[in-house]
Amino acid sequence: MAEPTITLNVTRYRPGQDQAPTTQAYAVPYKQDWVVLDALNHIKDQIDGTLSYRWSCRMGVCGSCGMMVNGVPKLTCAAFLRDYYPHEIRVEPLVNFPIIRDLVIDMSDFLDKLKSVKPWIIRKEEKPVAQGEYLQTPAELEAFHQFTQCINCMLCYAACPVYGVEPKFLGPAAIALGYRYNMDSRDQGKEQRDVIGNHDGIWDCTFVGECSVVCPKDVDPAAAIQRSKVDTTKNWFQSILMPWGER
Amino acid sequence: MFTHDIVIVGGGGAGLRAAIAAAEMSAKLSIAIVSKVYPMRSHTVSAEGGTAAVLRDFDSLDLHAKDTIFGADFLADQDAVEAFVTEAPGELIQLEHWGCPWSRDPDGRVSVRSFGGMSVDRTLFAADKTGFHLLHTLFQTSLKYDNIIRYDECFLTSLLVDDGKVCGVTSINLYTGRVEVIAGKTVILCTGGGGRIFPFTTNAAINTGDGMAAAYRAGVALKDMEFVQYHPTGLPGTGILITEASRGEGGWLKNKDGYRYLQDYGLGPPTDKPTHRKMELGPRDILSRCHMQELAKGRTFEGPYGHYVHLDLRHLGEEIINKKLPFVRELASKYVGIDPVYEPIPVRPVVHYMMGGISTDINAKTSLAGLYAAGETACVSLNGANRLGSNSLTELLVFGTRAGRTAAAYATTIAAPAAAAIDALAADEQRRLDRQFLRKDGGKERIATIRQEMQQAMEEGAGIYRDEQKMEKTCKTLRTLRERFKDIVIEDRGSTFNTEVMTAFELDFMLDVAEAVANSALKRRESRGSHTRTDFSKRDDENFLKHTLAYRTPDGPRIEYLPVTITRWQPEERKY
Amino acid sequence: MSGTRPDPSKLYRPKIPATWWLRKKSYFLFMLRELSSVFIALFLLVYLYQIYQLTRGPEAYVAFSRRLSSPGWIFFNLIALLFAVYHSVTWFQSTAVVLPVRLGERLVPRQIVTALHIGAWIVVSLGVLILFLALKG
Repeated sequence: MAEPTITLNVTRYRPGQDQAPTTQAYAVPYKQDWVVLDALNHIKDQIDGTLSYRWSCRMGVCGSCGMMVNGVPKLTCAAFLRDYYPHEIRVEPLVNFPIIRDLVIDMSDFLDKLKSVKPWIIRKEEKPVAQGEYLQTPAELEAFHQFTQCINCMLCYAACPVYGVEPKFLGPAAIALGYRYNMDSRDQGKEQRDVIGNHDGIWDCTFVGECSVVCPKDVDPAAAIQRSKVDTTKNWFQSILMPWGER
Repeated sequence: MFTHDIVIVGGGGAGLRAAIAAAEMSAKLSIAIVSKVYPMRSHTVSAEGGTAAVLRDFDSLDLHAKDTIFGADFLADQDAVEAFVTEAPGELIQLEHWGCPWSRDPDGRVSVRSFGGMSVDRTLFAADKTGFHLLHTLFQTSLKYDNIIRYDECFLTSLLVDDGKVCGVTSINLYTGRVEVIAGKTVILCTGGGGRIFPFTTNAAINTGDGMAAAYRAGVALKDMEFVQYHPTGLPGTGILITEASRGEGGWLKNKDGYRYLQDYGLGPPTDKPTHRKMELGPRDILSRCHMQELAKGRTFEGPYGHYVHLDLRHLGEEIINKKLPFVRELASKYVGIDPVYEPIPVRPVVHYMMGGISTDINAKTSLAGLYAAGETACVSLNGANRLGSNSLTELLVFGTRAGRTAAAYATTIAAPAAAAIDALAADEQRRLDRQFLRKDGGKERIATIRQEMQQAMEEGAGIYRDEQKMEKTCKTLRTLRERFKDIVIEDRGSTFNTEVMTAFELDFMLDVAEAVANSALKRRESRGSHTRTDFSKRDDENFLKHTLAYRTPDGPRIEYLPVTITRWQPEERKY
Repeated sequence: MSGTRPDPSKLYRPKIPATWWLRKKSYFLFMLRELSSVFIALFLLVYLYQIYQLTRGPEAYVAFSRRLSSPGWIFFNLIALLFAVYHSVTWFQSTAVVLPVRLGERLVPRQIVTALHIGAWIVVSLGVLILFLALKG
């Protein structure tokens, strides 16, 4: 009895050789607990060594293996073959990004945007390390904790139609990270993160909400963005009506 | 060609911490981080349980040092341990100042939890994703410094050495497929461990011992390579880590009769709540051996991926699991379909950490001028023959800082390397790479086949229980695989993002690392820490209270020895 | 700062088609939500015009009201009503996202917050309807 197989239709793109991406079909063994990443590794090891893709931890925490699986942005280490079998599976590089090769996309724009929100603690005065930690209650930690969970997998950028049509948009993950620092009780740098309140920041977002739907870590960047809109608007009114007050 | 004061290879916890330490010393220093992956993908991200330091009044530096030295089965260099425990608290508070979201007590102070082999609670944690939060905090903080320049997705191929001094690295720029020379007055290797030489490991795909092999090829010794830690609780099949914190919070290990078997091996008596250093909070090497002995007695479960036992968390309750072990719940549900609130998790020992690595002193300095190493890739030795859980993340910070500062201080005293010498060396390297990999024709061995055979050989000869015969066989097999490696076929001739050539490089490095491990193990005729032999089952301080040094020769490793530094703790019997 | 970047000339940049919003159910519903504002705006214009007719005296107002009861206008009002309801429900869903509600330590689930908003909206609407009928009678 032949072993059951499943077919993966994988995007191939070789710069310098191909004018545009094409699709290549591979039949791989179907195993009940295999994920799409296992299938890709099987292809590379046994069938076609020329297939390129990123991966590392295989447990959903490094964020390397994001790809489109049947048109949905997913971590391929968390997409189980059994959820698609016996149908064919389409594996494509994350949309809204330029393609470097096969399933590998260019992340440099994302990294620039990450840096632009100044994702570090900004304080007027630093406490010496010898004096111990800044006190932070569990409730204060809870206020921003969910937004610390981002693994930078960029599925949210692939899901966001605004980023697709307007590449200058700061994007869900970058804004959520900026929000995380703004909400951290130890941080005092909200004013310096002005890129968030600029017109390519939160105001490009029309709350489609798909970013939060695809996020594998429940960061809920859509919530971070909409709450930032409320915050920024409140601050603006305060600065107009009470310019003497400390923001 | 790019030139820097410090070239750091590896963008994980140790590499980033070293970069920040150097950047803070002077804004005029130019620091490069060369990494084959973007820094937030580094394996530090997978660490879960926590990071240890003395922060509370009921604790003391001497106690942390004693626990560490005892856990190391007295092979740790005690001066390194003393420096480590002294600097650990400051490092963790610094991380907190940089924004790390440590879990907190109601009064706002950073919380501590119990961990294996530790006498008191001293492990700080950020829920059960400590490594993730540590790495992201360090990465985001590193973005502050304009003098840290990253070379992302550049794969280290060799160290450049001129006139007995290191002068940079050659790497393959994955975007162009060309050799990128990154020259530097100093180089710090922070490339992590090499768990992927084994078939079944918690380690990510990228842990292939690249830096270890590069240093080895440059004439630096690899120290204590035979000591490979098996973590007692990995998921069967995938090897995904289930953190020791699940035992720190009170989880129980049970065999197929539902019996907490650890009490049969001198770790009892069993208590309902965890007791420091007893039962499930014993050290990892002992717990892994207990599992294997249960297997020999036929008391383990048998599943599609072999033997396993149960890690029972049900008695902790849903609230504690959601608050302290949410990631464990997620991993168990996703990968083995078990909700630990209602069912025990299947677990088994799995390769996790390499105590051995590039031989350094307590300032992260190697025997090669200008070359430093820190983190899992180095062996100071802090962890001796067995590492205690939650010491590794702290090690990244303490020795990352030491490496950064030492390299920075040295870099300011020397001149930049001569461009002509570097050009010549780089041209040699390009020719070697073209010949062996980039323009290689023909061949008939698949990379995956050789890799799998290497992993099989390591599992058989360098596993938890070792003996002379099996180790010799493994050493021979590895030599043969070295020869067969010359005949690999490389199908991908593209230059843009050629990951097949990358896996060939990685296998090349792994074969060197595997040989160092197997040969070091063969020569150590005793059992100590995680190195257990059925033919020499006792610890032999008279002959082997020393570090193994493996030096590369064309015919395999040459083994020498180095005495252990003892300061205040005389070796005694290791009983828990 | 980054020392290595992909060569921009070798990158392939797929084009986003103008019909991107037809490819996914969630995108289509999003577009409908945005479109609902248009219908609400149109309805508002008609309504303002109707009030203006009031100022022109009873004949003008009655004449205009008779035009509004043609099948075409009734159909328009029906569509506008459906869009207005959709707009309001999605608005309450958004409110739940933007304003997290805490009861002590626990977070009130978003569906409950939305349901409460919709409930309050129905109560207020009924109240207005009853008031209208009472004043009319």
